Amino acid sequence: MSEVFGVPLQALLGQLMLGLVNGSFYAMLSLGLAVIFGMLNIINFAHGALYMMGAFIAWMSLEYLGIGYWWSLLLAPVLVGMLGILIERSMLQWLYKLDHLYGLLLTFGLALIIEGLFRDLFGVSGLPYTIPEELAGAFNLGFMFLPKYRAWIVLSSLTVCLLTWFMIEKTRLGAYLRAATENPRLTQAFGINVPLMVMLTYGFGVALAGFAGVLAAPALQVSPLMGSNLIIVVFAVVVIGGMGSILGSILTGLGLGVIEGLTKVFYPEASATVVFFVMVLVLLLRPAGLFGREK
Amino acid sequence: MNPAAEYLRVTGLHAFYGESHILHGMDFRVNRGECVTLLGRNGAGRTTTLKAILGLTGRRTGSIMLNGREVIAAPPHRIAHLGVGYCPEERGIYASLSAEENLMLPPQVASGGLSLEEIHAMFPNLHERRKSQGSRLSGGEQQMLALARILRTGARLLLLDEISEGLAPVIVQKLAEVIRQLKEKGFTILLVEQNFRFAAPLADRMYIVERGAIVAEIGKGELEQKSAMLQKYLGV
Repeated sequence: MSEVFGVPLQALLGQLMLGLVNGSFYAMLSLGLAVIFGMLNIINFAHGALYMMGAFIAWMSLEYLGIGYWWSLLLAPVLVGMLGILIERSMLQWLYKLDHLYGLLLTFGLALIIEGLFRDLFGVSGLPYTIPEELAGAFNLGFMFLPKYRAWIVLSSLTVCLLTWFMIEKTRLGAYLRAATENPRLTQAFGINVPLMVMLTYGFGVALAGFAGVLAAPALQVSPLMGSNLIIVVFAVVVIGGMGSILGSILTGLGLGVIEGLTKVFYPEASATVVFFVMVLVLLLRPAGLFGREK
Repeated sequence: MNPAAEYLRVTGLHAFYGESHILHGMDFRVNRGECVTLLGRNGAGRTTTLKAILGLTGRRTGSIMLNGREVIAAPPHRIAHLGVGYCPEERGIYASLSAEENLMLPPQVASGGLSLEEIHAMFPNLHERRKSQGSRLSGGEQQMLALARILRTGARLLLLDEISEGLAPVIVQKLAEVIRQLKEKGFTILLVEQNFRFAAPLADRMYIVERGAIVAEIGKGELEQKSAMLQKYLGV
């Protein structure tokens, strides 16, 4: 069997793939966070809890209503997005003129409430969600086995991320969004309904989290803690990538997933902390983040 | 005055930024097709007047009639759709958008705006620089762009804030020429200006603003006889 630096090639490729899978989640979640922060000036700590809700909506739909994976992939983001719109209208909209800290505290409180609610209802042991049969099994690539579901996670999240990038950077609606992010008052004076766009942006950002939650359900256990386990790393990803760029948060997310995966191969002890080492390094050398613009 | 000819009538307008009371009962009107200038010192409340018309200040009281419609309570995005275009003092070019995206950003609010060909004929530079990022344009180009992008939308009332400020004389001349062309095309213009020499030949009427209120009105033929007053308020 071939080896790279004393590590079997299969193990290396396997971890690389796992890294890409984790990176896909980092990318989708940090993308939503970056879009929300740009437009609403709010550090959305509830993002992890809403991601967890996405997974639970998939689980509950299947368990109680018999609605399968593919419909959940559509239904969960819509429901999570609607909940987001409700949160924005009833609470967040009063905070835009205040310091970031207030939005952070409010959404952190929301995250604790949502998580507590699900812990109370479902416990913390985690619930299984079966991989849909179309995506069960693995491809034999000759040099490694590639589980179909992992390939699907990477492929679908990349597609969603690139569609989001295209919409923001290349369409008229995206130009409105960028304009409203940069100068909301003037943009509104041009006749664009900025408060509506802000509301939809939050809905869209958390819908991305809901989508990621459904993708995660068959790959991980559906558990009330899955959001808070992930969100700390995702915030580190956002800090490393910087808030400025959509493509930046996608690339940083995937890249850090891969770095994490490779660390598991070469020095497993550091795999849980490597992201934070990178964060410290980036903050020292480029405080605005790899893709962020210095203010 | 025939009310149908009136495009904008501001009556007893008070406006606030938080606790500071900036406008203290502004009263003026702009007729269809007219070019009216608000003159005054820095801090007199001219910029705030434009912002108050657009709903960009804090609390407002009084009356703003646009095309016979009361808009004092309307949100900013509604007002643009009543045919109002705004060119802010700081020009407001979006750095994250290209020149072309900046130009195409404001939504169409009515039919009858200038076509892209007409705009490019008026401002040839903008066509050459269309792929450049907004932040890369020179001051003059930014000013042209800020003006050009509200001519496309079909807005008939243009609120222009200090468009000659800080620009080279040759560009100021160009802008004066553009304003003349716009008047010929029937645009209604409310011009806030510091530069009396720029504004005087263009304006049909001038108002002098002092401490958030109109203190004098000067018709086109009255410049000579009221020069003492101009001297007093503006030092020109």
